[in-house]
Amino acid sequence: MKFGILVNEGPYTHEASDTAYQFAKAALAKGHEIYRVFFYHDGVNNGTRLTVPPQDDRNVVKRWSDLAAKHKLDLVVCIAAAQRRGLMDAAEAKRNGKDADNIAPGFRISGLGQLIEAGIQADRLVVFGG
Amino acid sequence: MLHTVNKSPFDHNSFETCLKFARPGSAVLLIEDGVYAAAADTAVSKRVQEALKSVSIYALKPDVEARGMQNRVMDGVRLVDYAGFVDLVVEYNAVQSWL
Amino acid sequence: MAQETHGRVSKKFLYVNRKAPYGTIYALESLEVVLIGAAFEQDVSLAFVDDGVYQLTKGQDTKGLQMKNFSPTFRALEDYDVTKLYVEKEALQARGLSEADLVVPVEVVNAQRMAEIMEAQDVILSF
Repeated sequence: MKFGILVNEGPYTHEASDTAYQFAKAALAKGHEIYRVFFYHDGVNNGTRLTVPPQDDRNVVKRWSDLAAKHKLDLVVCIAAAQRRGLMDAAEAKRNGKDADNIAPGFRISGLGQLIEAGIQADRLVVFGG
Repeated sequence: MLHTVNKSPFDHNSFETCLKFARPGSAVLLIEDGVYAAAADTAVSKRVQEALKSVSIYALKPDVEARGMQNRVMDGVRLVDYAGFVDLVVEYNAVQSWL
Repeated sequence: MAQETHGRVSKKFLYVNRKAPYGTIYALESLEVVLIGAAFEQDVSLAFVDDGVYQLTKGQDTKGLQMKNFSPTFRALEDYDVTKLYVEKEALQARGLSEADLVVPVEVVNAQRMAEIMEAQDVILSF
């Protein structure tokens, strides 16, 4: 089956990103396809390159980047939610006159249409929130 | 339909609202803080027993274990791992997440 | 459940609203999904349950908060062909509200009917 995943909360503050990650990993291990992981609300903060979590605990952002690289996952951060919360890629930073960008590897910024499309194209959409 | 509940029943009304709208034959998967509803001898246990007559109730094992509740899970609630979570999503036509 | 017309898949999308406005962003940002989603010509319904019913109340004046009052946007949903707004009866009653207190025409349904509506959906978005 093809899964769409929606992550509504940021790393660490809620368990949502952890549960979503473990779900995605388990689905892939079973031979399913992850059509897209869409990050909304504070979920966009899962895409920050600037995280330095404690050494003795999991690295939520890097885990997503690594999973994406290994399985060619499409990790999409909502542009509207990202703009509100200050998550930028280089193009967005330039477009909005910001002096830095902070998006992590494997993530891309796009519109809410990508979430709707995931709902349409995937067999199941699973929401992880706070 | 598969319903997931991620909040403690003592802290939020998500579990109660979920049961209100879960039709007979549905499955309810307790995840994250939602697994506390699976504990025996609590103020909601009777409600859970009643619900078990019409819906299947599961709890996510890693969340149960993380919270030290593994010896307290009530009869009738089945534990699943993340692979089991995936299987439940496949088995039911859609998923509704009660946040 | 998914219908295929003119070669395009049409699924039943349900947006479940359970949170009050302004205290958190979920109400506003979920409405933004509805507006963008409207362009995809799917079969869209909105459910208002628990504190979600508060999103629809009349008389919201946010000047003092210096926040955007987005309740008028619910009236614009009709222009986007989003017309199926279901409000749970008990949620209204528990909050001392009636249909007359809401900014937009809705269908007030009891829990059983709401459960039926939910069961019929293909994609359920919760925020």
